Amino acid sequence: MAKNDLVFRIGGAAGDGVSSTAESFAKMSARSGLHTWTYSSYQSVIRGGHVWTQIRGSLGPVLSHGVDPDVVVALNQQSMDVHQGDVVEGGAIVYDTDGTKPDPAKLRRNVRLIGIPLRKKAQTLSPNALMRNTVALGAVVKLFDIDFRHVESAFKDIWGDKKPEIVQQNIAAAKLGAEAVGQMGGSLNLGLPYSNEAKYLMTGNEAICLGALAAGVKFLAQYPMTPASSILHWMASHGPKYGVVVKQVEDELAAMNMTVGAGFAGVRAMTATSGGGFCLMVEAIGQAGMTETPLVAVLVQRSGPSTGLPTKTEQGDLNLALGAGQGDWPRAILAPRNPEECFRQAAQAFNLAEIYQTPIILISDLYLGEGYRTVEKLDFNVPIVRGMMAADGGTAKDFMRYRITESGVSPRALPGMKGFQHVAATDEHMENSELISDVLAGLPEHVEERRKMHAKRMRKLDGLRKDTPPPELWGPKNADLTLLIWGSTWGPAHEAIIQVDETEGVKVNSLEFPTIFPFHADQTEQLLRGAKQTLAVEGNYTGQFTRLLRAETGHKADRFYGKSDGEPFTWRDIADHILEAVA
Amino acid sequence: MKLEFEMDTYKSEIKPTWCPGCGDFAVLRALQTAIHALQLEPWNLLIVSGIGCSSNLPHFLSTYGFHAIHGRALPVAEGAKLANPELQVIVTGGDGDGYGIGVGHFIHAMRRNFDITYLVMNNQIYGLTTGQASPTSEKGMKTKSTPIEGVIENPVDPISLALASGATYVARAFSGDVKTMAELVKNGIQHHGFALIDCMSPCVTYNKINTYDFFRERVYDLQKEGHDSSDMKAAFAKAIEWPFVQRDRIPLGLFYRTEDVPTYEDLEPALKKGPPVRQPLGVENPDELLREFL
Repeated sequence: MAKNDLVFRIGGAAGDGVSSTAESFAKMSARSGLHTWTYSSYQSVIRGGHVWTQIRGSLGPVLSHGVDPDVVVALNQQSMDVHQGDVVEGGAIVYDTDGTKPDPAKLRRNVRLIGIPLRKKAQTLSPNALMRNTVALGAVVKLFDIDFRHVESAFKDIWGDKKPEIVQQNIAAAKLGAEAVGQMGGSLNLGLPYSNEAKYLMTGNEAICLGALAAGVKFLAQYPMTPASSILHWMASHGPKYGVVVKQVEDELAAMNMTVGAGFAGVRAMTATSGGGFCLMVEAIGQAGMTETPLVAVLVQRSGPSTGLPTKTEQGDLNLALGAGQGDWPRAILAPRNPEECFRQAAQAFNLAEIYQTPIILISDLYLGEGYRTVEKLDFNVPIVRGMMAADGGTAKDFMRYRITESGVSPRALPGMKGFQHVAATDEHMENSELISDVLAGLPEHVEERRKMHAKRMRKLDGLRKDTPPPELWGPKNADLTLLIWGSTWGPAHEAIIQVDETEGVKVNSLEFPTIFPFHADQTEQLLRGAKQTLAVEGNYTGQFTRLLRAETGHKADRFYGKSDGEPFTWRDIADHILEAVA
Repeated sequence: MKLEFEMDTYKSEIKPTWCPGCGDFAVLRALQTAIHALQLEPWNLLIVSGIGCSSNLPHFLSTYGFHAIHGRALPVAEGAKLANPELQVIVTGGDGDGYGIGVGHFIHAMRRNFDITYLVMNNQIYGLTTGQASPTSEKGMKTKSTPIEGVIENPVDPISLALASGATYVARAFSGDVKTMAELVKNGIQHHGFALIDCMSPCVTYNKINTYDFFRERVYDLQKEGHDSSDMKAAFAKAIEWPFVQRDRIPLGLFYRTEDVPTYEDLEPALKKGPPVRQPLGVENPDELLREFL
């Protein structure tokens, strides 16, 4: 079978410029017309340690960062030690001959060792230490036969017109690397027919920002926390142009409470964080549920518990999202599977938040949030539905902010609207927002008022269930095994399904859940009816989704594969568990 | 001249639930007097509060209100102000709410110098939870939560804290003098920047030490003694008089005011287009936005 993809991995210490070199290569891959997917493994350190990034480019749609690399660049000895054994047969390792040594005993067959005095070559052009990466990058470009014009355009993107001399130095450095490969056997001759039609490349977090902008977000308050910080960064530099107030605040308590205030005042408002920050937001998000204030909260998960592995991925915060806040209040939890869905669901979340006047949680993770993937051109023409406003028909005279309705949704009024003044209250309240808690609680008619008001809010779940995307069955109808998955597991799971079909003839499909809550129990039960055997795959220890599925449908997954070691699923991980299940 | 809004226009149908004699009645009256004097439109006025006896205040007025969770009134108010800077935003609450659980937000709101007026009904005790020590309880005060030795911590001094944090209007009022309080609140609302009015508001049920009489015997008017409220150093000197230096004389009035500092809203780049709440939604030219991803 002809090879249809390339896999490149670069490793070094934090501060060596690994991620920027990798980003440049990902851009080159996307501009060569390849479907591209990246994964960065890094640590909670600014200098030192060991970081690596893998980029996979493919002629067809790509579903994961792949497994073993064709080419490794080892910027230090540790990178050589860790990665040399992974390089595929016939692949290559590029390294600095000053200070780095491969161990031939650890290599697969026919792995080419391309030792170049990277630093020395770079120093002939510039004293900048990071320029050695550019020499290595040039070597990689040559090994994969990538058109050199993409190297030039990538450098122009980084340094622009302001520093033409740096652009020229880097182009020269890349040429030195390419020439060195030319003298040491030339390219890998993978024979990939590059279309050179550029594809859009972005992270899941960036796609969420774009979806929010398309939906008309006007407010983001956030406290820095990996892996959600890039949402703050992107919005801070782009938001003001679109009239978006972007505020870094003192803590996540303030982030959520400011978002509540902005939502109450009438703008589309959002906040973003990871698990630890979401813990601090819990009381205030319940406040939004009680006061019926629309907002969107993005939860980009990382490894817990507590500070956990801040730079590693996990799907361990689902219970947190499901149970956030005291008491019962209506929420929806959407779980995008890929950047396109990040975009669509972010846009949809703002509609749901305003239609149902309640918080919508978008749950993602580090693997999806920070990894770069090529996407089809995003359609910014998203529907915008702002929900019921009192001034749309009602009169100020009979306005009651928390009027009891069948749908649970009451007419909303914004500060500034004449005659519709009211108080939004976190204490239990009556239709006119007068408190029940203080001097009325326990009086027989107010016991009934409380019951009705609580039921009114909770009825919104019926509408949310109808308006949120239903579960989907992907793959052949008659399968020996059905995977149960949510979120970023989508890509590696699909690739595993394709692989076991191609190599072993095993038929597997997957039942996946773009909406986690309110749970679509009826459709799920229907879709599960044909399943012969089920294997739940999720990135946590206890099977948080698997247990929810059982609670909502009574279906106990036949098998469970939970991964919580910090690393994302590879297709091979999942394929192994599939084969074990059907053996 | 006939005024557009009568005093009663600002009253809601809900009667205050405070204990008879509570200092908070005076603060409500002072606030109502101030907004009446300024003839503010009730629908463009947003009063945000937290949790505690005093935080029920928004319910008793006919403006927009947000009765938030404990300690978080300020960030809710900041979010609302950023979404719609044309709203007049007033925050009310107690000492536990603002100087205890919410003290982090208190400092940050002041350093940002939002155009927000903050009225703290400071009774030096937790009232709604039935009488525990508050962050402004005096040292030695015996409460339900400090029954043996009394309070062994130093109290928070909100006036010094406000001066150090960048508030641009810092005043202290007393519920025994509604007229002066109303004047301080009115000027605070008119002030372009963050205004703190620390209102000594006796709790007649749980604080038997810091009573109306306690204050009447000790208070004096800063302005009558010739204090220069444009002088920050002088303001600090007056601020630390009570409770740190002595407890015989308690200064009331305006400690400090400056109009020379731009507000957060003045500097926020996104607001240059006008209030976000009135901006069109969506992206006009997505291709331009998408170009950086190609």
